[in-house]
Amino acid sequence: MPDMNPHKTPMPEQAPEVRSKNFDEVALGYTEELAKREAARCLHCKNQPCVGGCPVGVHIPDFIRSIAQGDAEGAYHTIRLTNSLPAVCGRVCPQENQCEKNCVRGRRGDPVGIGRLERFAADWHMKHGRDEQYKVEKNGHKVAVVGSGPAGLTCAGDLAAMGYSVTVFEALHAAGGVLMYGIPQFRLPKEIVQREIDSLRRQGVKIETDMVIGKVLSVDELFENAFEAVFIGTGAGLPRFMNIPGEGLVGVYSANEFLTRVNLMKAYRQDYDTPILKPKKVAVVGGGNVTMDAARTALRLGAETVSVVYRRAEEQMPARREEVHHAKEEGVIFDFLSNPVKIHGDENGRVASIECIHMKLGEPDSSGRRRPIPIEGSNFSLPVDCVVMAIGNSPNPLIRSATKGLEANERGCIVVKDNTMETTREGVYAAGDAVSGAATVILAMGGGKDAAKSIDRYIRAKS
Amino acid sequence: MFPILKKRRLNDSMTLMVVRAPLIARKAHAGQFIILRVNEQGERIPLTIADYDREQGTVTIIYQIVGKTTLLLDQLNEGDSILDFVGPLGKPSHLEGYQNAAVIGGGAGCAIAYPQAKTLHARGAKVDIIAGFRTKDLIILEDEMRAASDRLFLMTDDGSNGHKGFVTDALKKNIEAGAGYDLVVAIGPLVMMRAVCNLTKKYGIKTIISMNPIMIDGTGMCGGCRLTVGGKTRFACVDGPDFDGQEVDFDEAIRRSRTYSEMERKSAQEFKCRLLEEAKNA
Repeated sequence: MPDMNPHKTPMPEQAPEVRSKNFDEVALGYTEELAKREAARCLHCKNQPCVGGCPVGVHIPDFIRSIAQGDAEGAYHTIRLTNSLPAVCGRVCPQENQCEKNCVRGRRGDPVGIGRLERFAADWHMKHGRDEQYKVEKNGHKVAVVGSGPAGLTCAGDLAAMGYSVTVFEALHAAGGVLMYGIPQFRLPKEIVQREIDSLRRQGVKIETDMVIGKVLSVDELFENAFEAVFIGTGAGLPRFMNIPGEGLVGVYSANEFLTRVNLMKAYRQDYDTPILKPKKVAVVGGGNVTMDAARTALRLGAETVSVVYRRAEEQMPARREEVHHAKEEGVIFDFLSNPVKIHGDENGRVASIECIHMKLGEPDSSGRRRPIPIEGSNFSLPVDCVVMAIGNSPNPLIRSATKGLEANERGCIVVKDNTMETTREGVYAAGDAVSGAATVILAMGGGKDAAKSIDRYIRAKS
Repeated sequence: MFPILKKRRLNDSMTLMVVRAPLIARKAHAGQFIILRVNEQGERIPLTIADYDREQGTVTIIYQIVGKTTLLLDQLNEGDSILDFVGPLGKPSHLEGYQNAAVIGGGAGCAIAYPQAKTLHARGAKVDIIAGFRTKDLIILEDEMRAASDRLFLMTDDGSNGHKGFVTDALKKNIEAGAGYDLVVAIGPLVMMRAVCNLTKKYGIKTIISMNPIMIDGTGMCGGCRLTVGGKTRFACVDGPDFDGQEVDFDEAIRRSRTYSEMERKSAQEFKCRLLEEAKNA
């Protein structure tokens, strides 16, 4: 009989006043006992609505059954059948909009904590599991994957499992893309990302860092080097600015730069050489998950006050509720319905304050959200010594502009056929933020998965 | 890992390294840059490519020792390897179609100005090189620059080589004397490039400069290298590093270049002390 408790088993986490001063992971994960208790809440519905909500189709009830029976290792291997990065997804997927949204238990009370259980299985495996033996017979075909973020790693993992020889090319010195440079340590420890990548390496995936495709090698040259298909998962790496006066002042960061300095380059650690300003009063502009990450990172670097400046109301914020909740608990201040108009500097060209204007909501715009309209004469200033612009990214144009026959839309996103992820150039596939514009890790993984299937079909048909 | 095949000290604070990086050498063009990292805890720093040899598969860099990273780099010797070496990044210089150029280098900037002069000279343009150094002992690449130019003007701030003055003094004199330049290329400290651009603007001479701002990835991702050029935000790593110097907001670039200078100074000082300590104990 399922456990009919309407509430999710709470997951232990660091207390807000403690965690806001360290970079350790906030959520501590279920113990075996807690995991079993939560797993017992699953009704094992015949039609499995949860699976339909998962972009990579994880066999959710099956793995939950294994956990309930005390077989965490079995649960991990079930997840791993369709998901190359379980420890990552268990932490950063927006489950509330996906699997858990479809959970029948959610109609009366909380849905089953699918994400927490996934994380438990993945962490259990990392601690106690046997090194998986995914030895697959090679089929003699070579595929190149450009970019080692969630889309690229998933595509590479799936192709390797089918027998392809896969080489992943990464521009930075470490693989992982946004998982390494973007998402903070306290939400996704980098050791965990590395473990997942090591697991792909054991599976036979080759990863070449320091390789900027489009510069050091072109897509044409990849084909000349006997790669039969190319997957592009180069992400949405071009930071947007507001084009307001003062964005060139010292102390204005893009969220990408701020987070990369801290996450990839470990500026928060004494033993690393990466410099970063240690601001006291910070404004983070935006309303997405990256905004929350930047705000919470600023707190951990020692900021006394951190304000999120967002032009719409709280209800319209695209950030996950959980992230907003965590940020509030930690003391992040929210200035909703406010929009920056100018950043003021001191005599040395350093940020001194940010001038904003109050907004009200008008008619819905093309995104379906009510359009923010400035209220004349309502300007106000926040004294700050640092501003982080977290208002989104555009797809990186580097590979697109260096590759003939690769079409992009007016927003710079690579054009692909739905489901097959074929680009306008034969043998070239793309997915993730490079196609969709900034979205989520799991959507990128879903796209990478679809691309892997298409690449397999394409190469089979050809040979 | 990228092996160092040759290391040559050019003066007290500048070093030339020839690094084995065949893939980069195959694609490199004048004006592009690489990013390197010396060790796992180290920074990523951009350096403009000073030369390359496609057959030998090598890339030459010239660096001035300013902070901890360049100090660390300078600890490496022939036979050692650089951990990360990425490139070629940025856009190649466009120096086609000019007949009569003044190429100006300031200090370490001469390392980059020299290959530009060489390219222009090889294309048949008349080339004057104006190179400025603080003092005589710091002069680098004198023979090379002489070979790559029709006339070489070596200036020192203190006059120790007999030619006291700034590069702008020599440039102004040449222009006034009717040199008839159709292009000025200026590479060096930001204040020098600003002074050159202010001067050439008066004479209406097209001026190309090479920017070397703070950056992390070099592929357009971090936005740290942004500049205001002609009133618009541009990224030096993907839109440059060469820009029309008369359009660049130098005051902003100078301020931004100093973002971490205090930390850089402190970190370099601590590292030097550690090296001294180690040398004493050795």
